[in-house]
Amino acid sequence: MAKVALVEAITMAMAYEMKHDPSVVVLGEDVGKNGGVFRATLGLQDQFGPERVIDTPLAEALIAGISIGMAAMGLKPVAEIQFSGFIYPCVDEIINHAGRLRSRTRGRISVPMVLRAPSGGGIHAPEHHSESNEALFAHMPGIRVVMPSSPQRAYGLLLAAIRDPDPVIFLEPTRLYRLNKQEVADDGEALPLDTCFVLREGTDVTLVTWGAMVVESLAAAELMEKDGVSVEVIDLATVSPIDEQTILESVEKTGRCVIVQEAPITGGVGSEVAALIAEKALYSLEAPIVRIAGWDTPMPLFKLEHDYMPSIARVFAGIKQAMEG
Amino acid sequence: MKTSAAKFDIPYIQYLDQDGKPAAKLPKIAEDVKELVRMYETMSFVRVFDTKAIALQRTGQLGTYASCLGHEATHVAIGAAMKREDAFFPMYREYGAQFMRGVHPHEVLLFWGGDERGNCFKDAPKHDFAWCVPIATQFHHAAGAATAFKYRKEKRCAVSVIGDGGTSQGDFYESLNCAGAWKLPVVFVVCNNKWAISVPLSAQTACETLAQKGIAAGIHCEQVDGNDIIAMRDAMDRALERGRKGQGATLIEAMTYRLSDHTTADDARRYRDAAEVEDHKAKEPLIRIRKYLTDIGAWDAKKEEKLLADCAARVDAEVAIYKSAGKPPVESMFDHMFANLPEKLIAQREACVEESKQGHGGAH
Repeated sequence: MAKVALVEAITMAMAYEMKHDPSVVVLGEDVGKNGGVFRATLGLQDQFGPERVIDTPLAEALIAGISIGMAAMGLKPVAEIQFSGFIYPCVDEIINHAGRLRSRTRGRISVPMVLRAPSGGGIHAPEHHSESNEALFAHMPGIRVVMPSSPQRAYGLLLAAIRDPDPVIFLEPTRLYRLNKQEVADDGEALPLDTCFVLREGTDVTLVTWGAMVVESLAAAELMEKDGVSVEVIDLATVSPIDEQTILESVEKTGRCVIVQEAPITGGVGSEVAALIAEKALYSLEAPIVRIAGWDTPMPLFKLEHDYMPSIARVFAGIKQAMEG
Repeated sequence: MKTSAAKFDIPYIQYLDQDGKPAAKLPKIAEDVKELVRMYETMSFVRVFDTKAIALQRTGQLGTYASCLGHEATHVAIGAAMKREDAFFPMYREYGAQFMRGVHPHEVLLFWGGDERGNCFKDAPKHDFAWCVPIATQFHHAAGAATAFKYRKEKRCAVSVIGDGGTSQGDFYESLNCAGAWKLPVVFVVCNNKWAISVPLSAQTACETLAQKGIAAGIHCEQVDGNDIIAMRDAMDRALERGRKGQGATLIEAMTYRLSDHTTADDARRYRDAAEVEDHKAKEPLIRIRKYLTDIGAWDAKKEEKLLADCAARVDAEVAIYKSAGKPPVESMFDHMFANLPEKLIAQREACVEESKQGHGGAH
């Protein structure tokens, strides 16, 4: 079995589904010959032709809007937005139509589309190329928000997202695109949506995270192990809707919880996880919940990006705080 | 040296003048007198329906309603020209087009009466979109649908409608541009009624015509007398034919006038001269086609009387259906969100139903 990087797993998933389902089409800026700015669509146009791997005009709202029209007429568009900082023109279409059409028409029209975008910092990119904006979409009814954190999960979750009959915002951690390689079987097996993944079992403290922060979180958990603290690491994977049960069961077991997110701390997905635990598992807690997150500042240019994003040391300190609290 | 890089022309198309007299040799559609009568009857029905809907709102029996007074020819021509397999992407006052496509008047009333069941479209094409309130977003959907039709090599067209104000939106230009670049089977209709709520066309654009906005996108565009049902129907027929033949997109600017307020929540007297409205009343679309049909012996006072009585009776029957609909079940808020409702929402659904049973939800 070949070892592939996360970005290659993304390409594999699209190629697999295009091969098996003629209604799947890929569209976006530079996704054709160029294979996308991160090469996530590399080789797809050669394999499937320009009718199915479509270079769109440079207009993000258009990409979201035509995807809705295509999806409503029976296609399964997988659209790419070049960077998550350019996704905002799509918001009107996503919140007002993608998330509402099924409800508005009482199930008459569905929108089986995927909007993919790279997400997060750590790649020395220019302004607007490093944002973590998953919470914006998590607040919108009627859509799913998915963030993979490994090549295997990227493959399985993207397949699930394409096959899902409803819209999915699929945010790919740019920093992990080529960080590590992993064996991925190109077998067309999807992973479940709306489900957390327990990446590491532990008994002393629950750490909830998603996307690129999974890497720092697992590293910090390894370090804690050497200090005799057993950390359970949960990858949300589907950021919205959250799989509450897995989180609550873990916190009931450990009695402590650390939440790690790259996005600004206020109003983030971590706030929702914290509120969930406060509402439904408060009496299991032996210490206050700890949130480790990006600051409530604009994402800085790259000289300071590592002072913005939670480091292994900050996550480590956060776990210690939860253990001592 | 200075030469011309490109030259353009915007045709203006009118067949019947405001007195119902042919202004040019009539197109083929005029030979089908039965079809002209069918369109006139629907225009008359729309007028009766519209009057009733406003009355319902004024008496507290309907929510805010967007009148289509004065737009009947443009709207009916769109619906009459389209085939069932084509897809329609309206804004929010194209009832004439929708009735032609099988949308029930009581469904329109349900929507404005605050009930999503109005969007079920029991007998209209199931792929037609519902009313689209965020201005210009519907043009994207039409371009996307046309992309799907072209991809599957189907001989279907997407048709969408926008107002004059909507042509100021970025989405409008993006859709036109894409439709040009991809030669999409789509017809974009700008219903130029001269007013975007209180903002007149002169404050919206410096363009001499709105049709010319399609030139920048490289698509076929023309300006049509939108109060002339024969001109509008002919323009739609030709545009749909172009789409079906793979000749690309069309932008039609339909020249009409909003004789009503923007919606029942608006009072146009605050910003619009009564004299201007009076002037346009003489040009409204029902008068001229009725005169024309009368002139050729296809219509008379007796037929008119019967038609109006039939329209009134049918509207009354539709209002009765609307009034008897009651409130939708509270759980229906959740039931159509996703194909597979997530666990979290299943719990909220149960809580919502329970709250409602306890009498905590719903004022009426």
